[in-house]
Amino acid sequence: MKLKLRIWRQKNAQAAGGLVDYALDDVSPDMSFLEMLDALNERLIAQGQEPIAFDHDCREGICGTCSLVIDGVAHGPQRATTTCQLHMRHYRDGATLTVEPFRARAFPLLKDLVVDRSAFDRIMSAGGFVSVNTGGAQDANAILVGKQEADLAMDAAACIGCGACVAACPNAAAMLFVSAKVGQLAHLPQGQPERQRRVLGMVGQMDAEGFGNCRNVYECEAVCPKEIPVRFIAEMNRDWRRAAACQHEVQRAAGAG
Amino acid sequence: MKLDARIPGGPLQDKWDRHRFEMKLVNPANKRRFRVLVVGTGLAGGSAAASLAELGYEVDAFCFQDSARRAHSIAAQGGINAAKNYQNDGDSVWRLFYDTIKGGDFRAREANVFRLAQVSAGIIDQCVAQGVPFAREYGGQLANRSFGGAQVSRTFYARGQTGQQLLLGCYAALSRQVGLGKVRMHARTELLDIVLVNGQARGIVTRDLVSGRIRSWAGDAVVLATGGYSPVFFLSTNAKGCNVTATWRAHRRGAGFANPCFTQIHPTCIPQAGEHQGKLTLMSESLRNDGRVWVPQAPGDQRAPDRIPEAERDYYLERKYPSFGNLAPRDIASRSAKEVCDGGRGVGPGGRGVYLDFRDSLQRLGPAAIADRYGNLFDMYARITGENPYQAPMRIYPAPHYTMGGLWVDYNLMSTIPGLHVLGEANFSDHGANRLGASALMQGLADGYFVLPSTIGHWFATAKLEPVSADQAEFKRTEAEVRERLERLLKANGTRSPDSFHRELGQLMWDNAGMARNAKGLRENLARIPELRERFWKDVRVLGDGEDLNVSLEKAARVADLLEFAEVFCLDALERSESCGGHFREESQTADGEARRDDANFCHAAVWEWTGQPGAPRLHKEPLAFENVKLATRSYK
Repeated sequence: MKLKLRIWRQKNAQAAGGLVDYALDDVSPDMSFLEMLDALNERLIAQGQEPIAFDHDCREGICGTCSLVIDGVAHGPQRATTTCQLHMRHYRDGATLTVEPFRARAFPLLKDLVVDRSAFDRIMSAGGFVSVNTGGAQDANAILVGKQEADLAMDAAACIGCGACVAACPNAAAMLFVSAKVGQLAHLPQGQPERQRRVLGMVGQMDAEGFGNCRNVYECEAVCPKEIPVRFIAEMNRDWRRAAACQHEVQRAAGAG
Repeated sequence: MKLDARIPGGPLQDKWDRHRFEMKLVNPANKRRFRVLVVGTGLAGGSAAASLAELGYEVDAFCFQDSARRAHSIAAQGGINAAKNYQNDGDSVWRLFYDTIKGGDFRAREANVFRLAQVSAGIIDQCVAQGVPFAREYGGQLANRSFGGAQVSRTFYARGQTGQQLLLGCYAALSRQVGLGKVRMHARTELLDIVLVNGQARGIVTRDLVSGRIRSWAGDAVVLATGGYSPVFFLSTNAKGCNVTATWRAHRRGAGFANPCFTQIHPTCIPQAGEHQGKLTLMSESLRNDGRVWVPQAPGDQRAPDRIPEAERDYYLERKYPSFGNLAPRDIASRSAKEVCDGGRGVGPGGRGVYLDFRDSLQRLGPAAIADRYGNLFDMYARITGENPYQAPMRIYPAPHYTMGGLWVDYNLMSTIPGLHVLGEANFSDHGANRLGASALMQGLADGYFVLPSTIGHWFATAKLEPVSADQAEFKRTEAEVRERLERLLKANGTRSPDSFHRELGQLMWDNAGMARNAKGLRENLARIPELRERFWKDVRVLGDGEDLNVSLEKAARVADLLEFAEVFCLDALERSESCGGHFREESQTADGEARRDDANFCHAAVWEWTGQPGAPRLHKEPLAFENVKLATRSYK
C-alpha cells in the first residue's frame, strides 16, 4: 500500500508545531497503525531525521498508553479499538491520513504526538480508591457481591485510562473517565463508606485540572476503546448531587475522623 | 560472592511464621526516618510501594511509563492462583506448593515456594477489599476456574483482564499514598544505574524521559521490581518498553544473576505476519480447552484448512500425549509446535504456525457457547489477523512470554548487594525452570504486599546505615558514568537504528537460544553476540540530543544492555546441559524425544557474578535441597 501521512510535529511544549507531510509506499495491510509509524521512523532515522515521538507500550490494547487522533477521530475509525490494535487493512491504497495528538488543555503536549495525561493520576489520588491498608482484610467471600452488580462494576473497571474520551469531547471533559472510576466502586459494597467523599474529591480535582463540562454529546462513548457506557456519567451526576447536598456533614465527619 | 539463602530453620510449614517472629522490627515512630526507592510500579513494585508507605516508610516510586497504572502486569489475562479451596475440591497450601514446585521442574527453593502458597489466600482477601471486581457466582461468592492444566479450580479472574484489574487495585492503593504525601511518584523516569555506598545499595541514578535530566536519588534501601527480560528475543509478548536495564545495571554493580536461561515460551500467540512485526500478541491458553491443535500430515501442503481431509491432518498433541492431549503443559506444546514447523509442516506465512481449530467445538456446543467463552479472544484474533476464527481455524505459534530467571535473592528478597531488594519477575525465586499459569500475578503481589513489608524492616533494624546524600562523591561518580555512556550513544553517529540491532540480536537468540538449544548453536551465539555488540557501538545512529524527550536514545540504551545480557543468557544455557522445565537441551533427551532432567549435576540455581567484562562472569551455585517433596519426572503421556 502507498500512504500519504500528515503528522503533527512539535519540538516541545514551548515550540510551535505543525503538520508535516510524509509518504510511505511499502505499507503492508497486516501492519498495525503503530508498526506503520515504526516503519516511517526507521526511514526517518536512515534519512538523518529525528523519529516521530508517540506514546505506546503493550500494543495489545490494554495498557492505555497509545493515543493519536487519526483523521479527526481518537484511536481512529474502528469501533472499540485502540490505535495499537488498528490495522492498515482498514485503509485504502493511496489514502491520505492526518495524525494528531490528543488535544486538551488538561493534557499539555510534550513532544510531537506525546501528551501529558498525569491529570488522570491526580484525579485518582483525590479519591479513586478504597481506604484499606494491606493486611487487615477479611476473608474474600465474607463480602458478597451479586453477579449483576459485579458485572456492572467490571464494565466500569474495564477503563484503560487512555484519555480518548477527553480528546473526543468538544469540551475536553473527563466525565467518562472519572465516572468509570467512581462507578466501579459505587457498584460494590467495598466502595460504600467513602462513596460521597470519593465523588466530591474526584470531581473537584477534575475541575481543578481544567477539564471541561459534559453537555451530553456522547463522543466519549463513541470513541471509547472499552465501550464504557455514558450511563456511568448519569450515575456519577446523581451521586455528586446527593453528596454535595450533604457535603457539610461529610466535611464535618471527615474533620472529626 | 557469598550465597546465603537465609532460609529459616524448622518444619517447612512453620518457617515463615517463625521467621516473622525472629526478625527485628522497626519502631513505628522510626519508620518515617527510612526512605525506600521502589523502581517499577507493576504488581510487585506498586503493591510494595503502597504497603511500605502504609507502614510509615517514606517512599519514592519510579516508572518509565507515563503512569504507574500502565506497567506490563496490566496485560496478564488469565487469572491469579490462591489456595482458598473455595470449591471444596481438595486444594490446600500444600497442594499449591507442590504443583508450583513440580511445575518448575524442581529448580526452585522449597521454602520460598511454600511461603508463596501460604500468603496466596491473603492476596485475594486484600484485592477484594480494594474493590477488585473478580468474577462472581449468582449467590455473590467468588467464581473460580481451573487453569493451565491444574486439577483443582483455584484461579480467580476478572473476565480476560485479571492483570489489569489487580494492577488497578494496587495502583489505587498507591494513588492513595501519593495523595497522602507518603509516596512521591516519578513517572516517565527511567533507572540507569544503582549507587553503592560502603557496599550497600543506597541510591539510584535516573533520567527524566521528558527533560532528559540525569539525577540521583538517595535512600536507605533500593527495591527493583522491573520485570523480566523476554525482549532479549526482540519479538515477545512483552510491552515495547520492557527491558533488562535495571537488573542488568544492578548485576554490573555486584548483584548475582540467577538462571538467566530459564525462559517461558508461551504456546498460544498470534504468529508473525511479516518483517514489520513489532511485538507478538498472546491469547489466553484457555483456548486449548476447546480448540484442537493440528498441522497437515504432508510437508508443504498449501491447501486451505477446510480442504484438508481428516485423515490427512496430524493432531500431534493428541497423538503424542493421549492423556493430556491439547492441554499438555506450555513447554511441551511450544516445543511440539516448533518441531512440526521445523519439519516443514507449519502453516501460514513463512510456515511458522499451527492450526488451533474450533470446528468440532463449534459443532458440538454451537457458536453462541463458544462466543460466550472466548468471544473477546476471537474478536482480538480477527482484529489482528483479519481472519474469522468462527469460520477458519486460528493459526498460533509460540512466543517468549515470561522469564523465570532473574536477580538472585535470599529468603528476605535481598540480592547479593546488601540493601538491594528484588521482587516479582525481576527475581529468580519462585518458579524454578517453568512457571505455572496464573502464578505470575500471585508472586508479584505476594512479594509486594506481604513478603517485603515484613522483611525490609529487619534490614533497617539490623544494618548499619550511615546518612547519605545525593550530593556525595559516589552519586556524582555514577552520574558521570551514566552521562558518559549516553554521550557515547549520541556521538556514535553510525548508520543503523537501535531497533535494527535489537532485531538482529532477537533473531540470534530465537534461533539458537530459544525453545530448543544445543551446544553448537549456543557457542555460535557466544561468538556472534560480542561482535554484534561491537558493531552496535560503532554503527548505531541516535539522533536528537540528550536534554529532550528522545525515544531513540531510550531505545539505544536499553538495546546496549540487552546486548551484554544476552551473553550471560547463552553462557548459562550452555552450562546447563540438562533439559528442564521450559529449557530443552537437545543433547539431553530420552529415546522418544522427551526432556531429560539431570538431578545429579544440575539440582542448583546457577548464579553469575559480574567480573568487569561481559562474557566473562564467574559461576556460583546454590544447591537446592528437597526435604519435603520427592523429585519426580514430569510425564504427560
